[in-house]
Amino acid sequence: MGYQAGEYDVIVIGAGHAGCEAALAAARMGCQTLLVTINLDMVAFMPCNPSIGGPAKGHVVREIDALGGEMGRNIDKTYIQLRMLNTGKGPAVHALRAQADKFFYQNALKETIEKQENLTLQQGMVEELIVKDGVCQGVITKTGAEIKGKTVVLTTGTYLRGKVIMGEVIYESGPNNQQPSIKLSDCLKSLGFDLVRFKTGTPPRVHKDSIDFSKTEEQPGDVNPKHFSFETTKGIDEEQLPCWLTYTSGETHKTINNNLSRAPMYSGVIEGTGPRYCPSIEDKIVRFSDKPKHQIFLEPEGRYTSEYYVQGLSTSMPEDVQLKILQSIPGLEKVQMMRTGYAIEYDAIVPTQLWPTLETKKIANLYTAGQINGTSGYEEAAGQGIMAGINAARKVQDKEPVIIDRSQGYIGVLIDDLVTKGTNEPYRLLTSRAEYRLLLRHDNADLRLTPTGYEIGLITEERYGNFINKRNNIENEIQRLKTIKIRPEPQVQDVLTELNTALLNNSVDAASLLKRPEIVYKHIEMFSPSELELTVEEKEQVEIQIKYSGYIEKQLLQVQRLKKMENKKIPSDIEYDDVQGIAMEAKQKLSNIRPISIGQASRISGVTPADISILLVYLEHYNKVVAARG
Amino acid sequence: MISDTIAAISTPLGEGGIAMIRISGPEAVSITDTIFFAKKKCSEMQTHTVQYGFIKEPDSGLKVDEVLLTVMLAPKSFTKENVVEISCHGGLISVKKILELLLRYGARLAEPGEFTKRAFLNGRIDLTQAEAVIDLIRSKSDRAYSVAMKQVEGSLSEKIISLRNILIELMAHIEVNIDYPEHDVEDLTYAYIADKCKQSIQLIDDLLKNANQGKILREGIVTAIVGRPNVGKSSLLNLLARENKAIVTDIPGTTRDVIEEFVTVGGVPLKLLDTAGLRETSDIVEKIGVERSRKSLLEAELVLFVLNQNEPLHLDEFNLFKEVENKQVIVILNKTDLPAQIEVEQITKQFSEEQVVKMSIKNDKGQLELEKVIANMFFEGKIESTDSSYVSNVRHIHLLNKAKRSLEEALNGTHHVPIDMLQIDIRNAWEDLGEVIGDSVSESLIDQIFSQFCLGK
Ligand SMILES: Cc1cc2nc3c(=O)[nH]c(=O)nc-3n(C[C@H](O)[C@H](O)[C@H](O)COP(=O)(O)OP(=O)(O)OC[C@H]3O[C@@H](n4cnc5c(N)ncnc54)[C@H](O)[C@@H]3O)c2cc1C
Ligand SMILES: Nc1nc2c(ncn2[C@@H]2O[C@H](COP(=O)(O)OP(=O)(O)OP(=O)(O)O)[C@@H](O)[C@H]2O)c(=O)[nH]1
Ligand SMILES: [Mg+2]
Repeated sequence: MGYQAGEYDVIVIGAGHAGCEAALAAARMGCQTLLVTINLDMVAFMPCNPSIGGPAKGHVVREIDALGGEMGRNIDKTYIQLRMLNTGKGPAVHALRAQADKFFYQNALKETIEKQENLTLQQGMVEELIVKDGVCQGVITKTGAEIKGKTVVLTTGTYLRGKVIMGEVIYESGPNNQQPSIKLSDCLKSLGFDLVRFKTGTPPRVHKDSIDFSKTEEQPGDVNPKHFSFETTKGIDEEQLPCWLTYTSGETHKTINNNLSRAPMYSGVIEGTGPRYCPSIEDKIVRFSDKPKHQIFLEPEGRYTSEYYVQGLSTSMPEDVQLKILQSIPGLEKVQMMRTGYAIEYDAIVPTQLWPTLETKKIANLYTAGQINGTSGYEEAAGQGIMAGINAARKVQDKEPVIIDRSQGYIGVLIDDLVTKGTNEPYRLLTSRAEYRLLLRHDNADLRLTPTGYEIGLITEERYGNFINKRNNIENEIQRLKTIKIRPEPQVQDVLTELNTALLNNSVDAASLLKRPEIVYKHIEMFSPSELELTVEEKEQVEIQIKYSGYIEKQLLQVQRLKKMENKKIPSDIEYDDVQGIAMEAKQKLSNIRPISIGQASRISGVTPADISILLVYLEHYNKVVAARG
Repeated sequence: MISDTIAAISTPLGEGGIAMIRISGPEAVSITDTIFFAKKKCSEMQTHTVQYGFIKEPDSGLKVDEVLLTVMLAPKSFTKENVVEISCHGGLISVKKILELLLRYGARLAEPGEFTKRAFLNGRIDLTQAEAVIDLIRSKSDRAYSVAMKQVEGSLSEKIISLRNILIELMAHIEVNIDYPEHDVEDLTYAYIADKCKQSIQLIDDLLKNANQGKILREGIVTAIVGRPNVGKSSLLNLLARENKAIVTDIPGTTRDVIEEFVTVGGVPLKLLDTAGLRETSDIVEKIGVERSRKSLLEAELVLFVLNQNEPLHLDEFNLFKEVENKQVIVILNKTDLPAQIEVEQITKQFSEEQVVKMSIKNDKGQLELEKVIANMFFEGKIESTDSSYVSNVRHIHLLNKAKRSLEEALNGTHHVPIDMLQIDIRNAWEDLGEVIGDSVSESLIDQIFSQFCLGK
């Protein structure tokens, strides 16, 4: 019953957060691209928290934007609240977080996709990959369409053999009662991929009119919010909506403890591994029994809906228990539960089976991205999605792959962790996973990645021109501050007195003065304004780069070392069995991961510095022998 | 990847020169400049020249040792990098101090076999030697590892583990504040961070005090002086101790019990054991003494086997040759002031020439040679103490000092530096301490975050 249904450069399976970025990137790079997904009403759907950003995650959104991706622009169009978090801490960990209008978010992204040149959006359930001689060549859908593709990007999220669990009720399903993807999972297994079983969960949703907000605390958005995209110049016209804070009560904890025997977590029904950072409420209460109460945030799911998301109450308890739990919380005594919380189990592929390009090692021209790779979170998915899309397109165009390293972005940290170390629970980005946290700032994502985005062809000439201008302004102003002298004139001393910082005895250069904790760029400007018209962002860069130069330089030095290691490439045909002297465990790991560089090799757990030394010596030998052979 | 500057103690060279420290890398010269004081600075010296001068502690101006400095600039050196060699006279303590200073001012302690590795990677050594280099790295690092492990067993490692626990709890606390800013975890104040830093610095200070108080010196390498009665064992002990510790007579069987003495020979700390001469005897007291001698021999990490070369080899001595087969041995042919009755060839059947030293203890002859042999064996790593190995101790002290400095920097910042930057220093301290006990970074911080705090949506 199969029929030939066309030919594309890139086929992306699944229009979730990973798939949308992958498809847009490939199409914008000039590839004929197909985006096929189970249900067209669910494009870029948020099955859980209607929120984007936060520490590390928000950084990723900025990076996607700096590369020319869509997530930042899309949330800037559709947020209902924006807040900058961590403002009391260093600039590296400032993090923007948005509450999304979940429905607008979907519609806006779907519209962008529909209007994108070279991109075809189509509904369909992919059941099989066409693979010949270890090369992926297309897909076959449930309705018999055989579609040829030079490359295929798989971004199926939590759908593979999805199974929903609410107390005693268990059924096969994708998130939010979507059709699960069963056959594709079988296909992957038969192609020889190692799969793992992971689990995640979501809290119930409740009706706004049944909440007594007087018993909760209001959490407003920022008055003058910053935005995710470097292109956004102006916020939404509507007013922002607040979120609301309440807490669990003693009654909540009692209800949960009394019903633990009905909790799938403890009755042994759940076999998938859940993330430690997103425990269900039952898990929190059992593991941290000494904590008398837990925070609960009530978040609107959109501007024109009455559904509220109950953050902090993820659970797979039976429906009747969920209602009791909800009603034990101050403000929710009379609450109406609109959707029941649930846990979902799904298959993911062991990510060490991927190259750092996100192409699979087993099947050439097949890429995977998003939750299928063992991660969790919209931003993590989107970050992988854009990279998979870029690399699939570049493969079609016969260009070198693009790999972001750990010093360039959180996206690099994420992908490197996945393909080098793997993960034994759904992987979430944290800022502490980045060793060069101070360099991977929210504010400088464009400086880090926009040149790459431009080279790839995802950044327009106009945007790039603006970017170059910005970069020059920053560099010039820093140079200027390093050379101009601030003299101990009365006007200066007055300001210093007021700021409660030491007076000047002699002239100092402006940069040194700016390094004082009490001084900010605004003050320097008072003493010696720049001739250039600098933007707020440019001034911010100047201040950060000067103020924290000590720490920044230390990290840059470490990065130099990293780069040297990354630049020592390991030929892909190397046989680790031939390398004498490497410990057995390291040999196995190296043969399995097949790192592309000495840098990557050194991050594999169980590979010691001595093994790396030996590998280096061997490579030297190997390269000379190969060179000698010609 | 070869861009940093490494330093390590190399084998000693030449007459009287006890130990040499070698520095290699782009900053070899500038680092040396900070601690070397002489007519010319190291950076003003011509390549391949030697200069006499002093190593001083730059802060206090305190003199550490008088040294000979050799400079070999890239690419005409063993590693093809800038190389500086410091030969010092003051023995172990000053070698150790100089190495510490170099590490403090920017050098990194070389990994096992690293000089050779660099020489190879920079194309100095022939391809055919690749395999030898690999063997060298493997065997040296295995040995270094086992020494390191031995070292940190017991109390030191316990102390470091509890110190790291304080730090990782603090780090998790900071990370949670960063990654979960809206979570209702306890407030993290500067006072709290400062308190934890002070507490940790205090613990490190305690550890450093122990390390510096010459624990190593008191422990020393267990060295048994053995041989037949009357060959001059007690005389040797007295000579090395520069004191009449043991009774010396011309009556065979003078020494009855084991006499212990701590000495430094050629810069190497030794725990000397003078023993009763080994022979069959019916004297009950002497018999017990002989048994004790055998026990000392078993424990010994180094054996000084004394022979009277004025008498032919005795059957007891042939037997002793077998007993010490698996030991590190120096054979001392004593009483060279008297006519020789032993052919050196009889000894070199079993022992290499370097292991044989001719002495006339009575006339103070041969002591320098003996010192040289002991120092060589030590710095080549042939002999090492099971209690504490000198080299890894330098490493530990260096790491402890580094950790301390990082914590001090964090502490200084607890008024105005943002917590995520303080975290950089605290994390460095934690990693350095981990290196002491051979524990790498891994996932443990993230594990700690999720076990210490209740987080989630
Ligand atoms: C119940 C639940 C709770 C969650 N909780 C959290 C959380 O607490 N924190 C967090 O960070 N993240 C959470 N997530 C994860 C977050 O939703 C995902 O990480 C993110 O959406 C993954 O994006 P993705 O693009 O990989 O996959 P998805 O967004 O799931 O998209 C997958 C897409 O693939 C399509 N698809 C699947 N199979 C096929 C097929 N065979 N043929 C065609 N199309 C197919 C689907 O229709 C869908 O459009 C949760 C997810 C769920 C379901
Ligand atoms: N001629 C000569 N006599 C020496 C020399 N060294 C030691 N003697 C003498 O040899 C004798 C024995 O010396 P000890 O040091 O007591 O010998 P020992 O090996 O300790 O003997 P026991 O304790 O009896 O086992 C003493 O009379 C020493 O003076 C030497 O180099 N030359
Ligand atoms: Mg004696």
